[in-house]
Amino acid sequence: MSQRIVIDPVTRIEGHAKISIQLDDQGQVEGARFHVTEFRGFEKFCLGRPFWEMPGITARICGICPISHILGSAKAGDAILSVKVSPQANKLRRLMNLGQFVQSHALSFFHLSAPDFLLGWDSDPATRNVFGLIKANPELARKGIRLRQFGQEIISLLGGSKIHPAWAVPGGVRGPLTAEGIDWIKGRLPEANETAELALTLFKGMMDKFKAETQIFGNFPSLFMSLVGPDGEWEHHDGALRFVDAAGNILADHVAAADYQTVIGEAVEPWSYLKFPYFKLMGYPAGGYRVGPLARLNCAEHMQTPRAERELQEFKSLSSGSVNNTFLYHYARLVEIIAALDTIEQLVDDPDILSDMVRADAGVNNLRGVGITEAPRGTLFHDYTVNRDGLLEHVNLIVSTGQNNLAMNRTVEQIARHYVHGEKIEEGMLNRVEAGIRCYDPCLSCSTHAVGQMPMEVSLLAADGSVLDTVARA
Amino acid sequence: MAVKTLTIDGKAISAREEQTILQAARENGITIPTLCQLNGTSDIGACRLCLVEVAGIPKLLPACVTRVGEGMEVSTDSERIREYRKMIVELLFAERNHVCAACVENGHCELQDLAISVGMDHSRYDYMNPKCAVDITHPRYGIDHNRCVLCGRCVRVCDEIEGAHTWDFQGRGANTRTISDMFVPWGQAASCTSCGKCVQACPTGAIFRRGSTVAEMKKDRTRLDFIVTAREKKQWIA
Repeated sequence: MSQRIVIDPVTRIEGHAKISIQLDDQGQVEGARFHVTEFRGFEKFCLGRPFWEMPGITARICGICPISHILGSAKAGDAILSVKVSPQANKLRRLMNLGQFVQSHALSFFHLSAPDFLLGWDSDPATRNVFGLIKANPELARKGIRLRQFGQEIISLLGGSKIHPAWAVPGGVRGPLTAEGIDWIKGRLPEANETAELALTLFKGMMDKFKAETQIFGNFPSLFMSLVGPDGEWEHHDGALRFVDAAGNILADHVAAADYQTVIGEAVEPWSYLKFPYFKLMGYPAGGYRVGPLARLNCAEHMQTPRAERELQEFKSLSSGSVNNTFLYHYARLVEIIAALDTIEQLVDDPDILSDMVRADAGVNNLRGVGITEAPRGTLFHDYTVNRDGLLEHVNLIVSTGQNNLAMNRTVEQIARHYVHGEKIEEGMLNRVEAGIRCYDPCLSCSTHAVGQMPMEVSLLAADGSVLDTVARA
Repeated sequence: MAVKTLTIDGKAISAREEQTILQAARENGITIPTLCQLNGTSDIGACRLCLVEVAGIPKLLPACVTRVGEGMEVSTDSERIREYRKMIVELLFAERNHVCAACVENGHCELQDLAISVGMDHSRYDYMNPKCAVDITHPRYGIDHNRCVLCGRCVRVCDEIEGAHTWDFQGRGANTRTISDMFVPWGQAASCTSCGKCVQACPTGAIFRRGSTVAEMKKDRTRLDFIVTAREKKQWIA
């Protein structure tokens, strides 16, 4: 008799989701799906608002990475005003985005995923969390929390608050950094660097231990997409889109923000509120691609600083083409923290970040504006159409986690095929399936454009739909 | 000039006979919350936030339009008054779509300050969620009816200080809307001089500078005070 296992809700991710695993008559995995069960409606209720308010409104999509939405929205606003923001404003925006990268990546690694690595996949779920980590390794937990604080504080120093700072606006930003802010950042940089290096060394040291996970946790060929700079360098805010395939070949390059729809299509499935973006030239679902830290490192040819460049090349040496192992998202995230810290160090020495020439003023000069930025979890698109007065008539948001949707489904299926056999759900298996999802550090609040924790439930369902077994987490 | 003596909150005060309770209270450092009242324009007693108790009169009286009287015993703060004030603010919030977090006036809004001062933590009334338009056809300013509390300050400042009378009301009750000229988009209102007095007079984020982003709008009422002082006292001081 065939059965279905449902994991609902999924834990230690941002948002609400469930996983269902379909078993065949022999109790073997036939297929698996990752369902996003949140519905938000931002694209609808923003209609009729002035586009100037959009950074403030769309920031509320997510409390983890409001900065990404603020920046993406401000950039879409720049396009509607038809202005090029001043170099000073752009540097300040970049600085805030880097602060966001550091805080979000530190959160993903230390708070959400490290409990699996350091306490074990099969350890007691009651203590397999950041509090368990604090108990087991207080020094490391403290360092991780302080690294996240460093990123958050940069955001706060620039925008006045850590969450939802109304700071980046169409045309630029509201104000520069202060001399005191620079001093604070410089004072804390050595500690941040030390923690980032420690985490990276720790992870590299565990690579042997996690050989099985590396092979099973979503190890499959796919396309990758991210922004890259004009010379193919790592980029997190400007630049243009690049697609590479599993072998590392460039399939599309220098795709400007406004032209994203020539390369990206969006499919819809009835079982998830999350849309399925795909690379148009290869169709759906073959054109499924991954975004985020792994994709950025696969797309980038080099880094801007020597230390980050060394780490990038070492990372790239793991594979002859693109690095396809989803588990290595964690590794990529740590390399990006290093790159972010190096770039922050350069920016705080640049006198431009104290300049008050940071905001361009203009009217509505374009009825459509597309803003693209790299959020910690991947590429983010804000696409607005306004009327002559600047009131929104159409809003399309493509969020990083959405673009990893196909890959997350594939990862879940691969892990389930390996670990799930028979009718009874084992806790360790449940956690591995979740951990596969956690590699992507998904943010479902963002991707369905809700707030809350990510509880998870797994159910085993028989062919007739009756529930055979359920394991739930609150 | 006749003088009346009265007590407000037990404090004995004297006031000129043409003064209102609100004016007398303010002169003596006693605060009564207001919303529709705006210095330099006529008082209309519309918002009812300045309701006070007067001994011997069972109903509550609006302090902004009630003249002082000899021997009056006025109370500006009691359980009954506090409850009514809170109710009024809650009703204001329920009537339109006030989303402070994403509002241009967040942090500098009189309605928000009132809600804090009366201790409102939620509205007991069902939100009406009316469908309201945003008009940003004017090249410099915009009006968002979602945030309008119908205090009429824009209507009075435009008529009585600027002398343009661009703004007025249309409809009745909860369906009342502030309109420009004969219900044309603001950008087409021929009478508007674009002086911006309504922007400074508006207590909420309903009338704002076009292009304002979240929490960016701060109203400067001293400009209005300057004009009123200049006109009434012939003194050009801020």
